Amino acid sequence: MDATAKSFKDQAKDGLENATLQDALGKLGFGFPLLRQMAADGLPEFDALRDQGRDIKNHVLEHLDYYLERFEEQVTGHGGQVHWCPTDGDARDAILKICQEARAKTVTKGKSMVTEEIAINAHLEAHGIKAIETDLGEYIIQLRNEPPSHIVGPAIHLNKEQIAGTFRSHHKELDPDRSLEEVPALVREAREVLRQKYIDADVGITGANFLVAETGSSIIVTNEGNGDLSQSLPRIHIVVASIEKVVPTLEDACTFLRLLARSATGQEFSAYTTFSTGPKRPDDPDGPEQYHVILLDNGRSDLLGTEFQDVLRCIRCGACMNHCPVYTSVGGHAYGSVYPGPIGSVLTPALAGIDQSHHLPNASTFCGKCEEVCPMRIPLPKMMRYWRERAFDQGQDPVAARWALAFWATAARWPALYHFGANVMTRLLHFMGKREGHLVRLPFAGGWTRHRDFPTPERATFQSQWRKRL
Amino acid sequence: MSDPRAQILGKIREIRGRGALSASNRHMLDTRLADHPRNVVPARADGPQAELIVQFMDYLGKAGATVLRVPKRSDVPAAVAEYLRDNNLPGRVRTTSDPEIDSLPWSDQEMLERTEGRAEKSDDVSVTSAVAGIAETGTLLLTSGKHTPTSLNFLPETHIVVLSAQTVVGSYEDAIDKVRKQGQLPRTLNFITGPSRTADVELTMEMGAHGPRQLHVILVDN
Repeated sequence: MDATAKSFKDQAKDGLENATLQDALGKLGFGFPLLRQMAADGLPEFDALRDQGRDIKNHVLEHLDYYLERFEEQVTGHGGQVHWCPTDGDARDAILKICQEARAKTVTKGKSMVTEEIAINAHLEAHGIKAIETDLGEYIIQLRNEPPSHIVGPAIHLNKEQIAGTFRSHHKELDPDRSLEEVPALVREAREVLRQKYIDADVGITGANFLVAETGSSIIVTNEGNGDLSQSLPRIHIVVASIEKVVPTLEDACTFLRLLARSATGQEFSAYTTFSTGPKRPDDPDGPEQYHVILLDNGRSDLLGTEFQDVLRCIRCGACMNHCPVYTSVGGHAYGSVYPGPIGSVLTPALAGIDQSHHLPNASTFCGKCEEVCPMRIPLPKMMRYWRERAFDQGQDPVAARWALAFWATAARWPALYHFGANVMTRLLHFMGKREGHLVRLPFAGGWTRHRDFPTPERATFQSQWRKRL
Repeated sequence: MSDPRAQILGKIREIRGRGALSASNRHMLDTRLADHPRNVVPARADGPQAELIVQFMDYLGKAGATVLRVPKRSDVPAAVAEYLRDNNLPGRVRTTSDPEIDSLPWSDQEMLERTEGRAEKSDDVSVTSAVAGIAETGTLLLTSGKHTPTSLNFLPETHIVVLSAQTVVGSYEDAIDKVRKQGQLPRTLNFITGPSRTADVELTMEMGAHGPRQLHVILVDN
């Protein structure tokens, strides 16, 4: 994982100053919550489904070994193959080996966050195999050599003029005088360019929204149809999925599917939901000859049985980021990690280490909206608090902040001392700012007063006023 | 532990403080898989067939597909030809070879050229059958098989689906039950709800991203 999470503060500043990004975030932060709300309101059973979804995921996590074994049994029974990969490196090796044995030259890819996590494209490229992203957003950012900025809409940080420029500089074989001003022209061009790629590709790689233990099926949910072309036209289909994606039965999968699209985009159902089970059958006129599932752990099992276990219920809908006041202000790139927004603030420290990402669990106002809209009812704010505690215990915070907290903690243990200190400070600040009604500068609080004034407090603390009134 | 499978499973068991599951626990989980009970199914997926059909058509329309209801199977080839004419499409279709499609009176349409088999890049229009229509969200279920190649559902720009009204069911689970009854699960189950689309450029919805730009459903009453 390419973690620049350490530079969150600088990257957040860049995001705030990027006018194109701010336009996009404005649209996103307004539109998606509205659409989700309408979809949720339109289904009276929505909250009951959320409860049930949460319970099924908890049940699976409790018996994860059993469901993974059953899943493997079914994949093998249908003529497919499961590759167990404890680390991202193991997954890269396994995928490369399959591609090399097939003498693959090009690979088309459906949209998959987990393949971003294991950085498979660069690895294949280094071994002479071209991996082509086919989801429109992913294709655009691959051409620009940028990471995704949203897990559902990876290129939302770009406007159509930037995308047109990118297409012109990469699609050199096309007429340089063609019109690329409007969105339909851009979509059509990508469609035409990628069409032949699907047909030429030797291997198709997709992620999986769910794996079904009962049948050994992998499920993908898309709107474009690119994942389907990637998994049905090439000779080999490789599914990359992390171990917590497994659900027991097809009926259980239906429960999650009813939640996913509504939470993600506010659609009743995404355009394409596809269950793939094994390679093509002997009589089938099309479909892949080989079916491989890469089962990736990469730190997930470390979370089982800990205060972070609930994050493994995530179905990657992106609702938490669409509703997050921090994400919708700074954008996804600020997080410097594969998974941005509230889910990233909890998941990234688990995958990359809290020492690499201690800003992320602090990038929250604790408004609680993420937990409120999470279809899996993941208590994200609580988990960010756990990470803050761990970061503090490990000494990740700046010395000044640690001293201030230690000082406060000591005072808080002695109520008399605390009240005395609070009274002195209140009077002092009141005196300092009496004339103006606000304070322009405050010692130790430059971070606040650099951007806004600090209101002058009343003459006495609330508690002492209260006592007098009694 | 060099075996990665044992490594992952061993770690999970260690955290759970147990070895493999006890016989009774395993039996409970085996039973759950074998019985595959239904969870909450929305009330809107339940109702008289006539109402489900109307709801199916309604949601399908909202998802950006077009629907034409015809009285009998023999009307289908003419309806296909008319759709192609109305949309300035070439009179050439690639179709599935299952009896549902194969037995239609195609020869009545002399101007319509029909071939069967998997889709090629040059195919503009496909005509396929479907296993079920799902009223819950206006979703079609198509499965792969000897006569029903998956590529027909994605490669051509226009996808026409012929569906008998009596195959309309309420929920996803109802549709899956139909597939379960047929025996071994097909390689691919495609749940399709409207044409292909993307909002990846400036969050502007645009149809026909990679899959079909038009999805047209001909619903046959008979």
